[in-house]
Amino acid sequence: MLSAFEVEALLLSLKVSAAATLGALPFAMLFAFLLARGRFPFKWLLDGIVHAPLVVPPVVVGYLLLIGLGPNGPIGAPLKDWFGWTLAFTWQGAAVAAAVMALPLMVRAIRLSLEQIDFKLEDAATTLGASRLDVLTSVTLPLIAPGVVVAVVLGFARALGEFGATITFVANIPGETRTLPIALYTLAQTPGAEFEAGRLALISVIVAVAALVASEAVARRTRRAIGLQEARSQ
Amino acid sequence: MIFARVSSRLGDFTLNASLATTDEQPTVALFGRSGCGKTSLVNAVAGLLKPDSGRIEIAGETVLDTERGINLPPNKRRIGYVFQEGRLFPHMTVRSNLNYGRKRNGDGSVGFDQAVQLLGLDHLLDRKPFALSGGERQRVAIGRALLSNPSLLLMDEPLASLDSHRKNEILPFIARLKDEVGTPILYVSHAMEEIAQLADVVALMDAGRIVAMDSVERLTARLDLHPLTGRYEAGAFLTARIAEKSAATGLMRLAVAGKAFLTVPAAPFPLGSEMKLRIRARDVSLSLSEPKDISILNRLPGTVIEVRPDAEGPMAEVLVDVGAPVWARVTKLSAETLKLAPGQEIWALIKTVAIDRTSPGRQKS
Repeated sequence: MLSAFEVEALLLSLKVSAAATLGALPFAMLFAFLLARGRFPFKWLLDGIVHAPLVVPPVVVGYLLLIGLGPNGPIGAPLKDWFGWTLAFTWQGAAVAAAVMALPLMVRAIRLSLEQIDFKLEDAATTLGASRLDVLTSVTLPLIAPGVVVAVVLGFARALGEFGATITFVANIPGETRTLPIALYTLAQTPGAEFEAGRLALISVIVAVAALVASEAVARRTRRAIGLQEARSQ
Repeated sequence: MIFARVSSRLGDFTLNASLATTDEQPTVALFGRSGCGKTSLVNAVAGLLKPDSGRIEIAGETVLDTERGINLPPNKRRIGYVFQEGRLFPHMTVRSNLNYGRKRNGDGSVGFDQAVQLLGLDHLLDRKPFALSGGERQRVAIGRALLSNPSLLLMDEPLASLDSHRKNEILPFIARLKDEVGTPILYVSHAMEEIAQLADVVALMDAGRIVAMDSVERLTARLDLHPLTGRYEAGAFLTARIAEKSAATGLMRLAVAGKAFLTVPAAPFPLGSEMKLRIRARDVSLSLSEPKDISILNRLPGTVIEVRPDAEGPMAEVLVDVGAPVWARVTKLSAETLKLAPGQEIWALIKTVAIDRTSPGRQKS
């Protein structure tokens, strides 16, 4: 079946992607709410920063992370001094790189579903005695659940395929930062390892497609649970 | 009881309305054309719109006073709001929708079972809103508002999105609610027939102001308000009692003000029942002598009180006293040919009589 090399890369990839997606989700929610609902100066700036990883070359993002979060960086140094955390060249660093790259996709998905919510439903909830926080948890969050599912899947898939920012920020360390794409890159650079590279490519494709199919099923079920799909098709 | 005095600039539109209602007339209709500010006023009462200045009291509690800096949020105002489009929560069952306000505001005078029974919702409780018809959705919306323990129900054109069949399905529910529950209702509509069935008193609104407040009968009888109360549906609203019923013909005779009598198809109400009638001006023709060879049963002798030609167009309105005031809508040409003038004796031929509501248990005080 799978070789030790493949298992190592696969498990590491799943761990990094899961950590990246879960870690990015609260931020994605926050930014989506701010961008969809907020009214504040320099909103365009936040919009630009959140979405920058979509357009900036991943290597540049990785480089900026290295400068900022590296052991001597303006954020990396205090993290190391106060908490003893090191991000550069660790799997946690790989997760941070993947999270930054996945964030814009997740924000977009959540923001889109937020903007689709009829705010009149929230008005209706307040007239029925619900406070703002109550409206958020009883009406808004359930209604954007499908969007959040989509965001998680998109983010996970993006994290799974992350290469440029990761290799720049945390390099290529076996068992620590050598995720599937980086392992594949390593094999592709090795003369005579074409077959092994092909196997790894196949594994990557299978994992990605499986995630997509599973998400589609979950998203459909969520939509049905909140009665949105049918309501729209009427 | 509501007191509201609000003014607000909303773009080009200025809302500048004063409204005061009493406990004796708990069902108040807010009537006016689309865009006259009805919904803005109701939203201000609900707290969904903050006016530039004003004061609002609901059931004795001040919920807004811009001078004293009071502005309660909607969830503290104890209002039940029925929106035009229902606004049911799509992710909840009918039962959860109904319980939403109840869970937050506690039980009021109406219990869950009573509301379900009153609105005919028992077989719908476990459905989701998408599986409901438009009429059912509105009934759930009414139930949800009613169960939120409100001291005032706001209904903003709750029937406007429904076809006439569904309207007639819901109107009786609202009428029952009004009679059985007794929560004050502020009912917004631009349909006079709904208002005639429900309202104790009508506030007529135009261009952001309340221009008149009176009973349906008196408001629609005022010629100067006709541009606002509407012409096509305009007519006389009368109160009548069933004086006689005939099983042989299937007809009944209604006494209007004890003087005029109308013959209409029998309705399943006992003798002596009081009912509200509407005789539309366009259903009334005039004749100088009594035409005998005609199928119209209701031929009433009377006197012309007033003739008012439309400012534009070929039509005129004639107010005739047949024991009660009745409007006729005729052409200016006919009015000239018949030489209609105040004081003239005339026969009014009434083609259709619409019965808007009966109130068997209620005596007019």
